[in-house]
Amino acid sequence: MHRFANPARFMRIATLIQPWAVGVTILTTAAGLWFSLIASPADYQQGETVRIMYIHVPAAWMGLFCYTAMAVFSAMALVWKHPLADLLARATAPVGAAFTFVCLVTGALWGKPMWGTWWVWDARLTSMLILLFLYLGYMALVNAFDDPERGQKAAAVLALVGVVNVPIIKFSVDWWNTLHQPASVVKMGGPAIDSTMMVPLILMAVAFKAYYVVVLILRTRAEIAGQKLRVIRMAQVHAAGRAEIQA
Amino acid sequence: MSMLESFLAMGGYAGFIWPTYILTAVVLVALLVASLKAARGAEKDLDAIQQTRRARRRNQPES
Amino acid sequence: MTRKRRRLYFLVLGLLAVSAAAALVLSALSEDIVFFFSPSEIVDAKTPTEGRRIRLGGLVGEGSVVKEGATVKFDVTDGAHTIPVVFTGVLPDLFREGQGVVTEGRMEAGTFQAAEVLAKHDENYMPKEVAESLKKTGHWQGDGTTQN
Repeated sequence: MHRFANPARFMRIATLIQPWAVGVTILTTAAGLWFSLIASPADYQQGETVRIMYIHVPAAWMGLFCYTAMAVFSAMALVWKHPLADLLARATAPVGAAFTFVCLVTGALWGKPMWGTWWVWDARLTSMLILLFLYLGYMALVNAFDDPERGQKAAAVLALVGVVNVPIIKFSVDWWNTLHQPASVVKMGGPAIDSTMMVPLILMAVAFKAYYVVVLILRTRAEIAGQKLRVIRMAQVHAAGRAEIQA
Repeated sequence: MSMLESFLAMGGYAGFIWPTYILTAVVLVALLVASLKAARGAEKDLDAIQQTRRARRRNQPES
Repeated sequence: MTRKRRRLYFLVLGLLAVSAAAALVLSALSEDIVFFFSPSEIVDAKTPTEGRRIRLGGLVGEGSVVKEGATVKFDVTDGAHTIPVVFTGVLPDLFREGQGVVTEGRMEAGTFQAAEVLAKHDENYMPKEVAESLKKTGHWQGDGTTQN
């Protein structure tokens, strides 16, 4: 596993993957928009507002996926001290937060006309809001300490504690009665979504995943360069200090 | 009503559907641009600092 | 035991402890996490309801919706029990007979005086034509059969 934790190796793999990830993002976004806005039918109950689902549902998946990824990277950083794992976790957090935010706002935009309210404090909506706060807390904690290593450690622990929220979000609609509808795609007995509506949903989900890969690579590159910069500057400060003592 | 008009009207839900797509686009593009800038900026700074170090080493070989 | 292994055990134990704590808290609070009560729960007096502001959830009874000006009367049912509801105000777009609904208000002399009505959507997504052909061929599962 350590073989992949080498920053130089990551940079090689990243330069290989990046153009493909960008290509997939552009293609699936274009196709996804075409199908979700134009080439798909209105729902028999929700009418045209079903089109909000093609953003809302994949964004919710990404919110959960990114959090799980962040927790796995944090565990790798805490247990095996992988030099890259911290950077990957830190690079994942803003993407997950962005998707969770999108999920919450688009959910409100769907809820107002369909349910008759922007927001209710039911188990699903509340646990999703907690997920956003976990992301924000993680990002704040990373930068809260003068010693970046301590901030990273504290944030990793928060990420791991917060991971219990992930199954709670997923099963909240089964464990308690909520205003939010139960799962449609990942459920026993196969999805309850017509195939004409499955196409835009899957395309958007792939587009969001590819987008995550693109941003993850960019942010990790920034983190690696930033870390090298810190090391060099630290060495310069030390050298200057030594020169002063000698003088 | 023309095709375009009825498309934009979204069956009367234009006020909910279009903000969904616009907001998502704004958030995702903003994050992408910020990440791109961060990567370019950090890598440029690193290049600059490494070049001056190399140049300094060349100028004063062993002091 | 290597240090790595020790850290791993610590992590697994920590996660187990946190999950156990979360499970305990959630099961202790489960009464409060529930968003609404079904007509059966209210009729069987599982909760003290009279005069208290609560949420009632279920299906809108087929053929029960009567509109008198801005006031709407309808039944909320879960198959076993039915509670009549009175509401004055704007109904959400998804409000339909046979569909799920959550209303907030008070029980007064056997009638639920709703201050707010929210529609509940089920997990089925399909175009109109598919819904119609399903109804025609008799494969229709009914609106909201999977609801609580």
